[in-house]
Formats: sequence, structure tokens, C-alpha cells
Amino acid sequence: MTATVPPPDTRSFRRRLWRLAETVTTPVLPSDYLDLVAPLRAGAELRGRIVAVHPETPDAATLVIQPGRSWRGHVPGQYVRLGVDVDGVRQWRAYSVTSAPGRRTDPISVTVKAIPDGVVSNHLVRRLRPGTIVQLDQARGDFVLPERAPSRVLFLTAGSGITPVAGMLRSGALAGSDVVLVHSAPTAADVVFGAELRGLAERGAIRLVERHTEVEGLLNVAELDTLVPDHLERQTWACGPLGLLDAAEEHWSARGHAARLHTERFRPTVITAGDGGTVTFTRSSVTVEAAGATPLLDAGENAGVLMPSGCRMGICFGCVLPLRQGAVRDLRNGQLTTALPGDGVRVQTCVSAAAGPCELEI
Amino acid sequence: MTVIQKKAVNPIAHLTAEDIETLGKELDAIRERVIASRGERDAAYIRKVISTQRKLEIGSRVVLLFSLFPPAWIVGTAGLSVAKILENMEIGHNVLHGQWDWMRDPKIHSTSWEWDHVAPADQWKQSHNELHHRFTNVVGKDNDLGYGIMRVDEDQPWHPAHLGQPLYNFLNACFFEYGIAAYDLDLGNKLKNGGHKDPEFRRRVRAVGRKIRRQFLKDYLLFPVLSGPSVLHTLAANFTANLVRNLWSHSVIMCGHFPEGVETFEKTSIEGETRGEWYVRQMLGSANISGSRLMHIMTGNLSFQIEHHLFPDLPSNRYQEIAPEVRALFDRYGLKYTTGSLPRQVFSAWRKVFRLALPNRRQPAPPVTPLDDSADHPTPALVAA
Ligand SMILES: Cc1cc2nc3c(=O)[nH]c(=O)nc-3n(C[C@H](O)[C@H](O)[C@H](O)COP(=O)(O)OP(=O)(O)OC[C@H]3O[C@@H](n4cnc5c(N)ncnc54)[C@H](O)[C@@H]3O)c2cc1C
Ligand code: FES
Repeated sequence: MTATVPPPDTRSFRRRLWRLAETVTTPVLPSDYLDLVAPLRAGAELRGRIVAVHPETPDAATLVIQPGRSWRGHVPGQYVRLGVDVDGVRQWRAYSVTSAPGRRTDPISVTVKAIPDGVVSNHLVRRLRPGTIVQLDQARGDFVLPERAPSRVLFLTAGSGITPVAGMLRSGALAGSDVVLVHSAPTAADVVFGAELRGLAERGAIRLVERHTEVEGLLNVAELDTLVPDHLERQTWACGPLGLLDAAEEHWSARGHAARLHTERFRPTVITAGDGGTVTFTRSSVTVEAAGATPLLDAGENAGVLMPSGCRMGICFGCVLPLRQGAVRDLRNGQLTTALPGDGVRVQTCVSAAAGPCELEI
Repeated sequence: MTVIQKKAVNPIAHLTAEDIETLGKELDAIRERVIASRGERDAAYIRKVISTQRKLEIGSRVVLLFSLFPPAWIVGTAGLSVAKILENMEIGHNVLHGQWDWMRDPKIHSTSWEWDHVAPADQWKQSHNELHHRFTNVVGKDNDLGYGIMRVDEDQPWHPAHLGQPLYNFLNACFFEYGIAAYDLDLGNKLKNGGHKDPEFRRRVRAVGRKIRRQFLKDYLLFPVLSGPSVLHTLAANFTANLVRNLWSHSVIMCGHFPEGVETFEKTSIEGETRGEWYVRQMLGSANISGSRLMHIMTGNLSFQIEHHLFPDLPSNRYQEIAPEVRALFDRYGLKYTTGSLPRQVFSAWRKVFRLALPNRRQPAPPVTPLDDSADHPTPALVAA
């Protein structure tokens, strides 16, 4: 690192030069011009160029992305947020990094499964073309292996939930561990990374239990007692549909081993809808009617408000805004939050819906 | 022009309240259709205009580094003038209207955009979007009617100071951006009524001051100095480009609401105004400019002022597309769609500035003026029958 930090005097010289450049390009910024020719340069907002799109299964594809020079790398299991323009509208979604960590200038990959009616996933899997510039965010998330790999590991995954685990398996961090992977997919052909996983199993690197739910039915977590008898003694990472994760959490805590289970959800468990109401985004001067099941984040975005966002499911707090007045309901637990005029109660807009008229400051 | 309520022939007398609401619904339907179909094509359009503008601006400024040579001066000045016009009209004005907010691109968004203009974007947005577009052509409410310095409607009271208004209008045209900044500050009123002591007003004045300084530094110091031996030539080129941009935007904007045929409204007429009535006010209170596609882009599609006033936040590239439909509605409801070529509308607007510099003649002017463009349209009475 030291080599890349210029001595102080050149730094202040560069800063002054930059300030001069800003005066030259006012009212826009020098970067607005540089972006026209070098969107991936160092110092630019993080973006990536799609290098290739490889189909994995009939409805999943891997995107190989060359991140810009500001990319700081990732830890296997973490996700990146991807901003793509679908029908001209910027949409942000989170995707687990499936490539092994490499040099910061190496391409990374994410693997996307198209879900029915999914706006972004279908666009990425079916319409994205190499060469496209996408917006990126630095990797984040704590669904990661500890620094020293545990000796015995269980991965419990289903569908696209294999993605963060694929990143861990590929990283080589588990070379010395005893690894079991129990993975569910509708059929053998739907197993994302099927050939690679089977290859790992053949080489003895992992024990693979594939569950093809179309013929064998959904996995009942209690079956783990026979499939992986020592599963409670293993450090376990689980990722997949909400039903599977909820059942796993219940199973592990009922047996008193909740601490050994690590889960990653791709979307929030929603139990209660609010009552809906008129939402005002004060600084943007936008007012909309929002339904009781619509997260405030979606309501704002649909009205063209530049809403901050992150995971879109209540874990990262990237979407928090002050509630100036009114009432909102947390979609995950039905909890009501109210604010009196002048208050600034901070709410997570991605998992909160209007419960009567409310005002958000943005 | 005189407020619609006092006219000998009221141009909307033939419409029932129900007609007006149906008309409003038809316009709502056009709006909904455009909103539902906004997409990739529109996004590609505005990005292309922005990147073209930026390349043209850089290119012109580079050429002007050698402005000592007359051909470079001419090419550079012309290019920079066009770039500045594009930046203010098709890009700035429309982005600040929120026409592109639906793309959710933080770089092309009404809340983050700043433009090449001495009026800070947030101040302009407030006076333009919240006052002018809401109170369009309501005498005493819409300060765009003469910008508070001129009399452009018979129903605005005459004052001897109005004798000088052709001169003010010319000066305003030359330094239009400063006129707008002063207007957004409500400078005249504030100075008159002692409001200049208000801390909020002072904050706004300081913001304008900062903006002017940055604009000056760029156009009148940095680029000239960078040009070395061409310093004075570049200075003159930048001044000229700003002047051209000011004259052009002033002319286009005058054509929007001042030409003959545009109606004005009384303050009381907007009390309890319905959506349909609001639409009708926009329809009759605006005028279009006819011309080529390039001309429309250079006016920021304000040549479709009528469509813009009906739907201020639809993407500008769509105004041209919906214009035939909007015009058909005018015909069907027997309303006058005021339009004309740029020279004709500019002339018409200027004529009014001159005419109203003097007090009203006893007899109000006949309702149909020689510049009326509705000869080929049925008169309201006939359609209503
Ligand atoms: C931390 C994190 C990591 C993720 N990693 C991956 C990954 O590696 N690969 C991947 O394909 N996806 C991943 N996701 C999910 C991804 O971010 C999107 O939610 C998913 O692609 C759907 O987006 P969409 O725009 O297509 O669907 P939307 O248009 O947003 O939703 C369409 C419909 O599908 C429902 N829905 C939304 N998400 C899901 C889901 N995950 N499963 C089933 N139904 C859903 C919605 O409720 C809605 O009814 C991850 C999510 C998070 C939070
Ligand atoms: S976007 Fe992550 S918590 Fe809301």
C-alpha cells in the first residue's frame, strides 16, 4: 500500500489541480466528463463491465464482471449490489459473489437465477449483453467463513442459495475441512454448478447430497438426522428459500445449537401488511398513495425519488431515512413506529410500509 | 389579450363543466399512456443528448484555446453557443422539471442536477415549477407574466415606468440568466418591502453570488487564461456564447406565453379549480412554435409549450409525439391551438411589449388579431353547436 500513497506535497498539488479542474468543468464535475471515456478508472464511482454471460441452467446464468479500479475485493460468501438499467430504470439488487477471491484487478462473477416475474433477474439472465456497464457497490455481508476454517462444515442450500457457498468452496479455504453439502433443486438439470459440485464430490473434496425435489419432495430438515447424523456438531451455513431457513433455525435452536447455524436470506420474511397511506417525500416534494404491503422504498422509487438502498431486505440499513411524522409498520413483525411532527425516527424503508399518512425526509 | 373572464367572446363559453372534465380525462389518458411506455428508448435519448452536449462543449472550448485565429474563433463560439443552449434548454430545464427522475439515475435527476446558469437550480425549480407552472397566466399570481417588470396583459395596471419596457425587455434578453436569478430571488419586491433583511433571503442571495462567481471564473478568467495569447479572443467568445444563449432562450420563452392568442386568467378563476379546468387553463395559456426537429431540440422542446404545460414532467422527447393527439383534442373541443413559426411568434410577443408600454386604448382590441393562426379551425361557436 505505501507505494501507492503519494508524498504529501504531491497530494496537495493533485488536490489543487483537481479543484482547478472542478472550476473548469463547473457546474458539473470533472468526473462527469471522464466517465464518458473511462467509466472504470481509479477514483470513479464503482462500476463494472460485463465481460461474459454464461448460461448455467435453463433459468440461471453467471455474469463475469470486470470491476472498476476502485474495487476493494471480497470475502467468499459476501454479496455485491448490482445496479442495472431495466427498461431505462435503474434497479439495484444484491447478488452473492461466486468467484474465488483473486487480485483486485481480476474479474468477479455472480450467478443469477431468474424468478417468475422477476424484473432484474430475468433481465440479467436473458437480456444482458457483454460490454454493458453496470453500477456496483463494494462487497459486504457477514455470511462468511471464520478466519480459521472449521474442521467440520455443513452447507444446507437450495436453488440459487448455492451461490454464496460456491464462492466459499472455490476459494480453497476449506481444503483441509470435512465438508458436507446438502443441496435441493427441482431436478438434476436445475442444479446450478451441478457438474462442478459433482466433480468436487468425485474427487472427495466434499460429500454431496443432492435432493431433486420434483421427484423426492421438499427436504424436511428432520431428515438431516439420517442424511448427516453429525450435522449439529458441524458449523453450518444455510442459504435458500425462506421456508427452509425458518425450519432450519427452528431445528437448530430446538436442539440448543443455534450458535452453530449461520443463515443468509435473499428476501425478508413478511408477516404483516400495514394499512397503507399517503407518503410524502419532503425534500423531493413527492407525494404518493402507498399500499399496506408496499415497502416505502418501492413506493419512493416508483415515484422517481432517489431512495438510498442496500440489500432491500432489512439487513444492511442502507435504506434508513428519518420519519418526520406519521406511522409506519415493519413488514417483518408488524411493529408500528410512529413519529410526531419534527421527530426524526429512523426507519428502514425496505421493510416498512405506510400505516397511515407519513412523511419521510428525502 | 385580456383575462378570459372579461372577453367579449369567452373562448370556453361553449364548454359545459362536464365537457371540461371529459377533456381532462382524455388528457389524463394520454399522460398515463406515455408514462406506461417510458423506457429504454427515452433513457437512451437523454443520455445521447447529454453526451453530445458534453463533447460539443469540450470540443468548442479546445478550439477556442486557439481563438486568435478567426476561423477557430467562429467555429468555437458557434459550438459553445449551441452547447450552452442545449445544456440550458433540452437538458437543464427538462431535468430540473423531473422529466427524467423515473430513470432513478442519480446523475440525471432533478434533485442533484446543477446547470450552466447563474440561477442556482433549487431556486429556479421553486419559482418555475411551483409558481409559474401552477399559476400559469393567472394575472397577479404568475410572475412570469412580464417577469414583474413589464406589462404584457391589458389587465395589468399601467404605470409610466412601463414606457421603458421595450428597453427593459431587450436588456433582459441580453442578460436573461441574471434576470432569471433576480426574478427567482423576487429581488424587486424584497428590496421594496424591506424583505432583504430576511436571513433566508440573504442565504439565497449568497448562493446566487457563489454561482455567479463560479460561472465568471470559468468563462471569464480560467478559459481565457488557459488560451494564452488568445486570452482576449476567448473572453470575447465566451461572452458572445453566453449572449447568444441568453437571446435565444429569452426569445423561445417569450413565445411560450406572450404571443397574441394566448389567454390570461383572473385570480378568482382558480379558486376551487378542477383538474379539467387546470388543463384548459394550460391549453389556452400557452403557445407553440412550429419548425424542424433540430429547432425543437434547440428550444428544449419548449416549442411544444402547450404539451409541456399540460404535462410538465413527461420526457421532452415525447411532446412532439403526442402533439397531433393533443391538437386533435383542441379541435374536437373547439379550442384554439396557438402556434406559429419562431420569427412570427417572436414578432408577435415583441409587438405586445411595445403596445402595452402605453396605457390601454379605450376600446379593447378586437378579439381576432391578424396574427391569429386559427383560420383553418372551426370557430368555437360552430363546434359547440
Ligand atoms: C444478500 C443477498 C444475496 C443474494 N444473492 C443472490 C444470488 O446470488 N443469486 C440470485 O439469483 N439472487 C440473489 N439474491 C436475490 C436477488 O437480490 C433478487 O431479489 C432476485 O434476483 C429477484 O429480483 P427480481 O428483480 O428478479 O425480482 P422482483 O421483481 O424484485 O420480484 C418479483 C417477485 O418475486 C418475489 N421474490 C423476490 N425475491 C425472490 C427470491 N429470492 N426468491 C423467490 N421470490 C422472490 C417478489 O416478492 C416478487 O413477488 C440475493 C439477495 C440478497 C438479499
Ligand atoms: S436496504 Fe438493507 S436494510 Fe434496507
